[in-house]
Amino acid sequence: MAGLAAGIRLAMYDRSVLIVERHNAPGGLNGFYSFDGRKFDVGLHAVTNYVEKGVKGTPMGKLFRQLRIPREDFALCPQKRSRIAFPDVDLGFTNDISFLEQEVERAFGEDVDSFRALRAAVLAHDEFDLSAKAISAREVVRGYVANPLLIEMIFCPLMYYGSARENDMDWDQFVIMWKALFEEGFGRPLEGVRVVIRALLNRYRAVGGQRKMKCGVRRIVVDGERATALELDDGSVLTADHVISTAGVVETQRMCEGQPKTVGSDNIGGLSFVESITVLDCEPKALGWDETIVFFNDSERFAYERAKDAVDVRSGVICFPNNYEYAEGEILPEGLFRVTAMANFDYWSRLAEEDYKGQKAYWYEEMQRSAMRFLPPVGMEQLKSHTQYVDMFSPRTIKKFTGHEAGAIYGAPNKVKDGRTHLDNLYLAGTDQGFLGIIGAMLSGVSMANLHVLQGSK
Amino acid sequence: MTKEECKKIVLDIIEEIAPDEDLSTLKAEVGLRDQLDLDSMDFLDIVMELRKQHGIEVPEADYPKLASLQSCADYLTPKFNEIKA
Repeated sequence: MAGLAAGIRLAMYDRSVLIVERHNAPGGLNGFYSFDGRKFDVGLHAVTNYVEKGVKGTPMGKLFRQLRIPREDFALCPQKRSRIAFPDVDLGFTNDISFLEQEVERAFGEDVDSFRALRAAVLAHDEFDLSAKAISAREVVRGYVANPLLIEMIFCPLMYYGSARENDMDWDQFVIMWKALFEEGFGRPLEGVRVVIRALLNRYRAVGGQRKMKCGVRRIVVDGERATALELDDGSVLTADHVISTAGVVETQRMCEGQPKTVGSDNIGGLSFVESITVLDCEPKALGWDETIVFFNDSERFAYERAKDAVDVRSGVICFPNNYEYAEGEILPEGLFRVTAMANFDYWSRLAEEDYKGQKAYWYEEMQRSAMRFLPPVGMEQLKSHTQYVDMFSPRTIKKFTGHEAGAIYGAPNKVKDGRTHLDNLYLAGTDQGFLGIIGAMLSGVSMANLHVLQGSK
Repeated sequence: MTKEECKKIVLDIIEEIAPDEDLSTLKAEVGLRDQLDLDSMDFLDIVMELRKQHGIEVPEADYPKLASLQSCADYLTPKFNEIKA
């Protein structure tokens, strides 16, 4: 997505642009796939940064302007209501932050003042200052909020939706995610992420951009301080004045000629996920499940770290794509119940093909059981009687769609905010540049195209 | 080209890049950013559109001269006339 957005910007201003993609479908992490006639989104639970039409000065508004895509083309509908669920404490939230503030007051009493102080600090921070140094969000947050449980509950959704660092975030990224989830909110097109991708592709074509699919970059040819050519999987060689890579910081370095194979090994993300998808013959709300997204954690501390077992079922994210405020009379063809949890990449990548299926089936059950602890009660037998189909994707799938080392869903822990690399004309965009979420990914592409190619150009 | 014609060109560009802004009450002497929700990305686009549509180059050092509609007209009109000549 970052690549498509960068491509649109450059082609809009008459640059000759070619997007090279190893996968057969566009979208990267935010892609989709079809199986047995059903279409599934890979990454998308929600488009974060959702704001209503007319709200100005937000990333979503900036993006539509920069790409000259009418917001109607994304066909986003707002969420109903979501929740952060810890043992004995729940915090509901909607696209209106005053509701979350009331919830904090209800659950934590006077501590709401510390929440308000933290919010003021978030709003005063310029998270898009590309020259800012990375500082620990935990340290900053502790300066405002004393209640450890409230801290964990705030971090849980923000980390799940974008942190590449274990058990902490960069303060900038915390601010980006806070605004994306709490100040702005969740939206989704009825037909899922493919609507967004379609809008991007149409725009990219309209401005004259070209694509080469199913053909990755094998090697970046280097002469001195410059990338002089790209050698593709099919052996062909392309030259370009500028190269923007959305493959990830380490992945990009390793493509460059003259770099040791192990370069960047201290900057490979450890966080990978599994997701189970249950297709239901009814709307989830018929089972009493009427929320949009539920972030759950079963102990007072929230461990956001590489899973020790195949899957860490102590916490997770539940998503019901049916539970958005779609237009009158519009519903998804089937009910969907998705559960995401942290997983161990090495475990899943080492599995032999014949064990992979069995492990998926086993962990699918475990994930359902774990997630259902935090939902209005439905018996396992009742759920099974409504289940039409199940699927599961693992860290292997993430590697396949993103090419990220170690199936690291949010890329490298150390981001490169200015997008610069060791080569003068090679830049990074996407997850490893450090803007997060779908809107963030696209804005990353836009910003890097602006900063490195359009700005001050002749 | 007159300064009024130049203002019209700049207004057309702003309308194109920020269709959600109301330009009907825009005051020429007051800073664009004080009246409209425009950021540095939008200003980059004003510069890019001037080049693309009209062949006008605005070096980065001169970006501050685009602050208001009037300053745009003062700065850009001679450039337009130079190209025409």
